Amino acid sequence: MSAVSLRNLSIRFPGKRSGQQIDVLENVSADVAAGEFVCIVGPSGCGKSTLLNIVAGFISPTSGDALVEGVRVTRPDPRRIFVFQENGVFPWLNVRENISFGLRARSKEEQNAIVARYVEMVGLNGFEDAYPRELSGGMRQRVEIARALAANPDIIYMDEPFGALDFITRLKMRADLTRIWQAERKTILFVTHDIEEAVQLADRIFVFSKRPATLQKIVNVDLPRPRDLDSPSYLRKRDEIFRLMGMSSRIGEAIMAS
Amino acid sequence: MSAESEIISNVRSSPDVHAVRGKRLTIWPPSPDALLWRIVRPVGMAALFLTLWGLAVRWSHTDLFPTPGNVVRGIVELGEKGLLLKYIVASLFRVTWGFTLALVLGIPFGLILGWYSRAFQAFNPLIQILRPISPIAWIPVAILWFGVSDAAPIFLIFLASVFPITVATIAAVQNMQPVYLRAAQNFGLGRWELFHRVIFRASLPQIITGVRIALGVAWLVVVAAEMIAVNSGLGYLIIDARNAGKRYDLVVAGMVMIGLIGLVLDLLVRQLEKLDAVRWGYARR
Repeated sequence: MSAVSLRNLSIRFPGKRSGQQIDVLENVSADVAAGEFVCIVGPSGCGKSTLLNIVAGFISPTSGDALVEGVRVTRPDPRRIFVFQENGVFPWLNVRENISFGLRARSKEEQNAIVARYVEMVGLNGFEDAYPRELSGGMRQRVEIARALAANPDIIYMDEPFGALDFITRLKMRADLTRIWQAERKTILFVTHDIEEAVQLADRIFVFSKRPATLQKIVNVDLPRPRDLDSPSYLRKRDEIFRLMGMSSRIGEAIMAS
Repeated sequence: MSAESEIISNVRSSPDVHAVRGKRLTIWPPSPDALLWRIVRPVGMAALFLTLWGLAVRWSHTDLFPTPGNVVRGIVELGEKGLLLKYIVASLFRVTWGFTLALVLGIPFGLILGWYSRAFQAFNPLIQILRPISPIAWIPVAILWFGVSDAAPIFLIFLASVFPITVATIAAVQNMQPVYLRAAQNFGLGRWELFHRVIFRASLPQIITGVRIALGVAWLVVVAAEMIAVNSGLGYLIIDARNAGKRYDLVVAGMVMIGLIGLVLDLLVRQLEKLDAVRWGYARR
């Protein structure tokens, strides 16, 4: 059974004028296998974040179903944790308290062990007592990833989690996320508008069209990890997706297909 | 740029360089931000104010209005009689009760109204009508209900502070970042946990701002409240000093004590804003 199945998923939002409806997602069907790393790419505003919010149970589709392990999603569930673009960590809790947020049912010793394990994994040793406002953007995202992992979910949903970070930090975060995913083998659905990011991270990439977004193509990224960003196979994959999205990979030829 | 002008500009910019490093080569004149100046400015302004006040009283040859010296002697006199401490304690006692009552009712009430939009719909017009009514307008009603007792001023202080606290709490919950809520829902929090672990904590910085405003108002109202139906407190002192022999030195002494204690109360509440649990809400930039 697939970890996540999308069955003819569509969503419409009411427009500004009364009676007007805006089609955001149209008839999306796809499957994600357990333990798979799937990236969802598409032009900004195409509804890929909306899709992730439907799968996570924050909003309901207009028609069709999102199924997780064969069961229809109707509400958020602690077995699937959502990582937000930014400011998802609780600013009133320090790093330790944030990571153990989902662990109330565990004993104090268990909590400490789990926190220690994930602080180590995301590389925040020595910052256990720091508050989010004292951390950089990248470190805050590390806290949120650790908080998600600590809850031991089956699936992690990530909505442009590195979108607000600078280039160097983003590269580092991707390398670390790959390492963590290889160690933990969670199913990950990762939304991004960054094609390079998708090719660096994913097993498969769901490429969406402009709004109303349809699933245009599923691209297999069968490249070994860690991925070599200079290798011809990587560049070919990247250019394939650039072309799918109606863009050239060469600056100056970057013309959006409209 | 010629070599010469470059040298000149370097020389000119050198004091700024030292200032940036936080180390100045000269001790005199002190920088405008030096501790010395930060003390001299407010103290100097207060001294100027007191001097002008004293001179104005002397030049107008008034017998009624006291000089700053009279006021200080008045405060000392009250202290020697044991009245000063007694009245301060009496006023603080009433404010503590009225204000605590407002906190205990206003914060949970505000959290509920901020969260449940239907309850907000029902209660908000009523709150907005009651809120602008000055607590002083309630004095006759307070006397009718509570008679000559501490309960009347406590009730007035409660009325004065419960609205700012409730309204600030409602606004805090309504303005909460949705991402905190989604994260909390994702972790499967029950309703009670959602309230005390997330909604309350996320709203706390704004609630404390409301509490600070409310405490200021409560302290304002204590004077008016003590002018009725009680025989102790700083408000009573002011009315009593005027009625019993036009002792305006004691009237102003009471005013000065109210001001000083108000300052201390505000400084205390401000300390709350430095707690780690709320500092994130203020120190954004």
